[in-house]
Amino acid sequence: MSTVQTTQAPPSRGPITDLLTGGGPVRRALWLALGGLVLFSIVRAISGENALTSSSTMSAALLLAVPIGLAALGGLFSERAGVVNIGLEGMMILGTWGAGFAGYQWGWGAALVGGVLFGALGGLLHALATVTFGVDHVVSGVAINILAAGIVRFLSELFYTDNPAGGGVTQSPPVSSKPPSFSLPVLSSGPDLLGDLEQKHWLLVSDAAGVLRGVTSGVAIVTILAVLLIPVTYLLLWRTSFGLRLRSCGENPAAADSLGVPVYRMKYIAVIISGGLAGLGGVFLVFIAGIYRENQTNGRGFIGLAALIFGNWRPGGLAAGAGLFGFSDALQLRSRTAVVALLLLVALLLAVLAIRQVLRQQLLAGGIAAVVAVAAFVGFLTIDVLPPGIVSFTPHLTTLLVLSLASQRLRMPQADGLVYRRGES
Amino acid sequence: MNRLRRLGPALLAPVLAVVVALVISSAVMAALAVNPFDVFGVMLDFGESPTQQVTAMVVIVNRAIPLFLAGLAVAIAFRMGLFNIGVEGQYRLATIVAAAAGAAVSLPAPLHLGLIIVVAVVVAAIWAGIVAVLKVTRGVSEVISSIMMNFIALGIASYLLTGPFRGSPEGASIIATADIPESGQMPGLNTIFDVFGLANPPRQLYGFLIIAVLVGVGIAILLNRTRFGFDLKASGMSPSAASASGVNARGMVIKTMLLSGAVAGLIGLPDLLGNTHSYTTDFTAGLGFLGIAVALLGRNKPVGIALAALLFAFLDRALVPLQINDYPSSVVTIVQGTIVLAVVIANEIARRVARKRAAGGTAAPAGGPSTGDGSTGAAPTPPPGSTDQRQGAQA
Repeated sequence: MSTVQTTQAPPSRGPITDLLTGGGPVRRALWLALGGLVLFSIVRAISGENALTSSSTMSAALLLAVPIGLAALGGLFSERAGVVNIGLEGMMILGTWGAGFAGYQWGWGAALVGGVLFGALGGLLHALATVTFGVDHVVSGVAINILAAGIVRFLSELFYTDNPAGGGVTQSPPVSSKPPSFSLPVLSSGPDLLGDLEQKHWLLVSDAAGVLRGVTSGVAIVTILAVLLIPVTYLLLWRTSFGLRLRSCGENPAAADSLGVPVYRMKYIAVIISGGLAGLGGVFLVFIAGIYRENQTNGRGFIGLAALIFGNWRPGGLAAGAGLFGFSDALQLRSRTAVVALLLLVALLLAVLAIRQVLRQQLLAGGIAAVVAVAAFVGFLTIDVLPPGIVSFTPHLTTLLVLSLASQRLRMPQADGLVYRRGES
Repeated sequence: MNRLRRLGPALLAPVLAVVVALVISSAVMAALAVNPFDVFGVMLDFGESPTQQVTAMVVIVNRAIPLFLAGLAVAIAFRMGLFNIGVEGQYRLATIVAAAAGAAVSLPAPLHLGLIIVVAVVVAAIWAGIVAVLKVTRGVSEVISSIMMNFIALGIASYLLTGPFRGSPEGASIIATADIPESGQMPGLNTIFDVFGLANPPRQLYGFLIIAVLVGVGIAILLNRTRFGFDLKASGMSPSAASASGVNARGMVIKTMLLSGAVAGLIGLPDLLGNTHSYTTDFTAGLGFLGIAVALLGRNKPVGIALAALLFAFLDRALVPLQINDYPSSVVTIVQGTIVLAVVIANEIARRVARKRAAGGTAAPAGGPSTGDGSTGAAPTPPPGSTDQRQGAQA
């Protein structure tokens, strides 16, 4: 029953399309990844922006993708159970504060617990408002975001202003220990074969080496555990009866109720897990900076929500979305000139799109795409460095562009966002 | 009397929510070893001399004007079931462009003011329009896109401020746009204090108050007395029913967002035209998000929003005195946040109580003690308001 979505064989759409998209989502994802690598190598070679695929950018991308991915995973739990969670941002904010507070006193392990706990409290509040009191989900989420910002400021004023360990109104004392990290022996440390390969700047090979070295050198163990949460979530939600029950609350709560699923309790559990995961995302932000800072989340909870939508409410898809947004975030932090190279990428992609649209006789859409592609190309040729204000919103603009290109074929859980009252429907 | 019976319960829910929120935030403060009564004492202390007291009131009204406009902007979209969370970005971008435009030209006073206002309105409306177009043509949820547009707007604003629109000299501690000349500054309304024989405070009461009131009345008429307002409300309550009766759903989304954005463009102007005369790095921020809270508290009705704006402005005024007296000033944000959460919950309970009564067919006894019975007609947001009446009719 739970595998129905994936096993339907689509009608053949020609040999090339079948080769590219057949064989299920795994092969498709591999092709996409390969295509992306080729595209990025070409763009890197033309623009000479080695930061595009360098291992340092890649490890930063991984670091930044994890919080976004965790927020998205939180959103997945909540929305699969039928509760829209705009409050992810607020729960993430609570998570950063909890991690900072516990982390400066008792180290990184406590930071993990503290952040998850604070995030889960935010989730509990959201569950209380939406499930028990039946408040509109978006309204409750927005209120939680406002409230969370106020609470953490208040707590910081209370605990950090006169703290001998440091900190202030907007930041905590530094976290007292760092989570342990490791590098893959031989390949990424010691002889560092991948590093050597990366420095050669060969087309494709060096790019692949950069990507691999980025995700295998100096990676915190907790990061790997966080990445593992994605397959774990998949197994939990799609391969266990608990997952089936949880998802049935998001598809048809009345039917689930009639089959004996405790809908309210499932929703509570889902939303609390959701808050805990968003809080965990906040913990990782604190780990990156080594300190809690106000506005550390900078809208990443919302980006996580966008990654969830982009990923079509599936674990694999949201991981891809988180990777994309983490990458654009890393690029904007590491190199302002590399962001200009993204324009070349946009130009290439849109040129392909334009040709496709024209071949399909859609001249207007094709024309618009072509014009934008040319504009992006001209921008790439003429702009050297973008001003910091413009660069700062690269991930958000990417999110918006990706959503506006992708959000038409998506299917959200059927009862997502609807207030369910037992016996009233 | 009849009107009172209709209004009383509608008022009861928010008032009760405010009381509950005060109790909760007091408990939070007490738990963290801050004496809540001292804090509320500071909030209520307007000073001794008449001048101080009038000044405090001017500060409150001046703060309430942008809050009211922000609440109004959010509420217009809310009424149609759209969440314009992008008000923050819309007004910040609009204000900086308007400030630069106002500083760049020199016109006779009324024209100059008009130009600044028009520029702000148009910029914000376009910014909100992008969200609407993305929703209508590409199906992008306006919640996500308007949040992303916030970040983009703030990035562009910071670029404009440090780049092309920079008016302050190199190395100044606060970066600002060039000052708007005298003809583009809005005079204060302090003469009314003389008329009423009150002490004339040193602080100017913003002249933008008049425009805000006019906009509020205009929007109230538009929403309650015109075809457009009816279509808007109908689309919010039941999109399918609205489109079946000939409302162009896509067109309504775009029109509503444009209108919401246009009002959002005004938010920064009271401060810009009445006080700062330039956009700076520390220009009033966060009004867009507070506007959401104000709109929820005011139940999306212009009069309610005005009251909610005054309440929030009253709380905001306490920020400085609290800091002076060494209390954590963020209690204000906590109180505001709990008020919002309490209000949405109270509204929901009130709606449900009303629904039960309607379904049970029992007429509400006059002066019933429960939370907001009969708020059926008063609650604009929740769509089931209409089902209540239908069920009542059947019963």
